[in-house]
Amino acid sequence: MHQSGVAVPALELRQVSKRFPQRGGGNSTGLLAVDRVDLAVQRNQVVALVGESGSGKTTTGLLALLLVGTTSGQILLDGTDITHLGQKELKPFRRQMQVVFQDSYASLDPMMTLGEIIAEPLGIHALFTPAERRDEARRWLEKVGLDASYATRYPHELSGGQRQRISVARALILGASVLVADEPTSALDVSVKAQIVNLLQDLQADMGLSILFISHDLSVVRSLADEVVVMLRGRVVERAPTDKIFADARHPYTQALLDAVPVINPKARRRRTFLTADEISSRTPRMSAGELETQPLVDTAEPQLVALAGSHFVEAIVTG
Amino acid sequence: MRLVEIEDLHVSFSQHDGLVQAVRGVSFGLDTGESLGIVGESGSGKSVTCAALLRLLREPPAKIAAKTLSLGGHDVLAANNQAISSLRGRVAAMVFQDPMTSLDPVFTIGDQIAETIQAHRKVSKKEALGEAVALLRRVEIKNPEAVVRFHPHQLSGGMLQRAMIAMALSCQPDVLIADEPTTALDVTIQAQILQLIKDIQAETGMGLIMITHDLGVVAETVDRVVVMYGGKVMETGPVEAIFEAPLHPYTKALLNSMPGQVAGKRRLVEIPGASPNPSNPPPGCPFHPRCPIATIECRQIVPPLETVGAGRQVACIKVA
Repeated sequence: MHQSGVAVPALELRQVSKRFPQRGGGNSTGLLAVDRVDLAVQRNQVVALVGESGSGKTTTGLLALLLVGTTSGQILLDGTDITHLGQKELKPFRRQMQVVFQDSYASLDPMMTLGEIIAEPLGIHALFTPAERRDEARRWLEKVGLDASYATRYPHELSGGQRQRISVARALILGASVLVADEPTSALDVSVKAQIVNLLQDLQADMGLSILFISHDLSVVRSLADEVVVMLRGRVVERAPTDKIFADARHPYTQALLDAVPVINPKARRRRTFLTADEISSRTPRMSAGELETQPLVDTAEPQLVALAGSHFVEAIVTG
Repeated sequence: MRLVEIEDLHVSFSQHDGLVQAVRGVSFGLDTGESLGIVGESGSGKSVTCAALLRLLREPPAKIAAKTLSLGGHDVLAANNQAISSLRGRVAAMVFQDPMTSLDPVFTIGDQIAETIQAHRKVSKKEALGEAVALLRRVEIKNPEAVVRFHPHQLSGGMLQRAMIAMALSCQPDVLIADEPTTALDVTIQAQILQLIKDIQAETGMGLIMITHDLGVVAETVDRVVVMYGGKVMETGPVEAIFEAPLHPYTKALLNSMPGQVAGKRRLVEIPGASPNPSNPPPGCPFHPRCPIATIECRQIVPPLETVGAGRQVACIKVA
């Protein structure tokens, strides 16, 4: 889907699907949580994956990290297909891809000091001597904006924003090139949210980090992401550079998401109209083949992701 | 008519390691038909203020003191349990963030709404259930005759919150207190619930108190705003004035730190530091450790809330 000459993406998902078996089994084919998702995070870029609960965005993140096995499709890290590697072959790749979750309280061991928590990945990968690991942990505490003296403290002594800084330090201490951040700012107070968004931006610039940023908060996405991927019921329905999504969304679901964001201006209040799921489906854009940047791959009356000018992809029904 | 009058409210909780001062001298009021937003971050005291107003806190460990604490003209502090029970639901009803924990999983939605109705009025179960159906229809739940027989787990988060609103409306309260009613919901569902609350308020003329950490929700729904921080009121005023010309450095900082207000990937304006610890609040102004214009006086003087124009008050010695 990308032109020749373009650099190999840091992380790429090709036609990735995940079907979960459903309780009761029997004739049920299970739940298709992720349906043929394509996405690419270029080096030093932030791609935001947005959608509502149940859209499959979190599952897509877990698939990208190989924390959940794919049903079909490929996952590539720096151009290498790692989809079917065994645990042992995968270990060096695991160092390169790390994750930060929403709930920093649940993801930090309350019995470990912050220094131990941050340095733990170094131990798992048998890097450095214990003394060097301690130094490295202190260095990372400062890198994420905390004093090195925090190394001897415990998670319960920290605020939500500080705990999220610890999660980021632990994720990046191995020198990861890809970070999957699943709603890392959603549980934070407004005044602290900006701190974490800025931290991610700074680290990204420092380390040449590529970030898959999973979020339902379109305001944060607008300030942080280079590209936005919109998911609905397991499918990508639109994908475009961030400014294009905010200025020229083409899919009715993307438009509905944007329209629902509260406006920070009491003078701009208005009555909103809300579309039902059926209305959104019935408004899937119809486009003639002539309008498309590249010709569709499949000849079908079913909705498919088609390319428009300016790296803009939208799910549409191709007519004629 | 004055529905709510709060003057110099203090709420503290005694804990094994000392006293947590959650609310430290809060004053505001609400008239019939008026909508008030209380905006603040976690630990600002916004929820505790409203819980104290309805005497929903267990006393002890909570200790409530105020010059005035009245609801619908009744002195809430002097009232006995029975008198308080008759105020709850009838004078003021509350909707909480998490409807799943507010509803009993073993009873149907209809039973729970009918129970509320019968607690306040002498009507038969059959009549009460009939009213429950009408209320569910009023909150725009499709097929209310069926939903009235559903158990909470059969409803989505948005439907549950609608059912909670129906229950709150069942005794035609003079004031609806909504505590983060949309925080757990997807952005499109949030917009629908806020629209519903506004519509019902316009139709019934009831008063509304909207407690939220989200300035967007405030900008979309209320007439007047109270900004809280560290258990105190920092600023109050008409919603348009607060957003157009915020006076308090905290309000300004909050508005400036909002992500996504302009196009383009950028660093956000952070508020350095973290919210004050309620068991050990800073001396003087609670915001002074994070305030860009604080001087030595701000450590020493607790700024009074001073009137600075039509309906506007601010607690800052550098501004007032």
